[in-house]
Amino acid sequence: MIVRILGEGQLSVDDAATAGLNELDATLSDAIDRGNEAEFRRALKALVAGVRAAGTPVPPDSLQPSELILPYEDADLAEVRKLMTDEGLIPG
Amino acid sequence: MSVMKRVTLIFRSKANKALDRMEDPRETLDYSYQRQLEMLQKVRRGVADVATSRKRVELQMNQIQQQSNKLEKQARDALGAGREDLAREALTRRSSAQTQLGDLQTQYASLQAEEEKLTIASQRLQSKVDAFRTRKETIKATYTAAEAQTRINEAFSGISEEMGDVGMAIQRAEDKTAQMQARAGAIDELLASGALEDVSGAPRDDIQAELDRMGAGNDVEFQLQKLRGEIGGGSAPELEAGSASDSAGNTARNNAQVPRPATPPADGAQPTIPASDVGEAALPAAESPRTGDGT
Repeated sequence: MIVRILGEGQLSVDDAATAGLNELDATLSDAIDRGNEAEFRRALKALVAGVRAAGTPVPPDSLQPSELILPYEDADLAEVRKLMTDEGLIPG
Repeated sequence: MSVMKRVTLIFRSKANKALDRMEDPRETLDYSYQRQLEMLQKVRRGVADVATSRKRVELQMNQIQQQSNKLEKQARDALGAGREDLAREALTRRSSAQTQLGDLQTQYASLQAEEEKLTIASQRLQSKVDAFRTRKETIKATYTAAEAQTRINEAFSGISEEMGDVGMAIQRAEDKTAQMQARAGAIDELLASGALEDVSGAPRDDIQAELDRMGAGNDVEFQLQKLRGEIGGGSAPELEAGSASDSAGNTARNNAQVPRPATPPADGAQPTIPASDVGEAALPAAESPRTGDGT
């Protein structure tokens, strides 16, 4: 499965890692729902680190789309909320 | 819904919307390629902008470092001259300059990281654009309407995702740079106004002025000692009055009350400036940079 970390590029992640990543994703989701910035920071960092650990970089000339897209590692709560709604802006 | 899935969904729908489809898929290929080249230009400009901001911060760091060194030297000089009050003042300002410096160092590191990220993003996009161009030419050469759409879609989805990512990265970098430029502008103003050297609201570089004044004052004291030795006991009261006004610092007004007879002997000692003039001469020198910068 190919996962993109925004601002960082694509990684090919082994399917075996999916369960663990889903757990981290659920923690992140909870933190966002509660609006807890500190928890959110920790969860986002953990998720991005998990994807990095489980993945290998996709060659830069690959034109494959990603199955999953992760926010920037240093994104704040407001930014991620924006990415999750229609306000998310993609220029170009 | 999970965060990753939600972000993916939104991202994809936006990326697809950004792509205008032409009637002939081959035109869409060329059109998209043009957009990609434009995006490459844009990300390179972004890298250059961030680099400019980084250099500006670097310049400011140097300026403040110099100021900090100067204040440290002034503190040392002041302490050497037994003026602990002046030394304390200089060290207080130095500590304020160091705080600014720390803040700028953080900004510098952040801009440097941003620059690296954008540089890598630009290289990645370049690779994908090259790959897309090859794919585009192959599709056009072996074009059959039936299979074209699938193959074009495949090529598009990968590149449009990259374009979306890079586009957002540029936007983020621009936002960050704009914030920092505003702060850099504020620091430039601070430096120009001399406020960094002027925490206490006293005239700019008054520490140096005071040290200079003391330097000149000591010289006068020295000359007076010499004269005292030459002339003998008679002139002692006048000399005491002269030195008292000198150490009082500001000066001209006090000196107006000093008995005039004190000055003729000083005129005799050629290189020495009368105590009353030292204060006057030192003050405009201290004020002039301030007025110069103020305009």
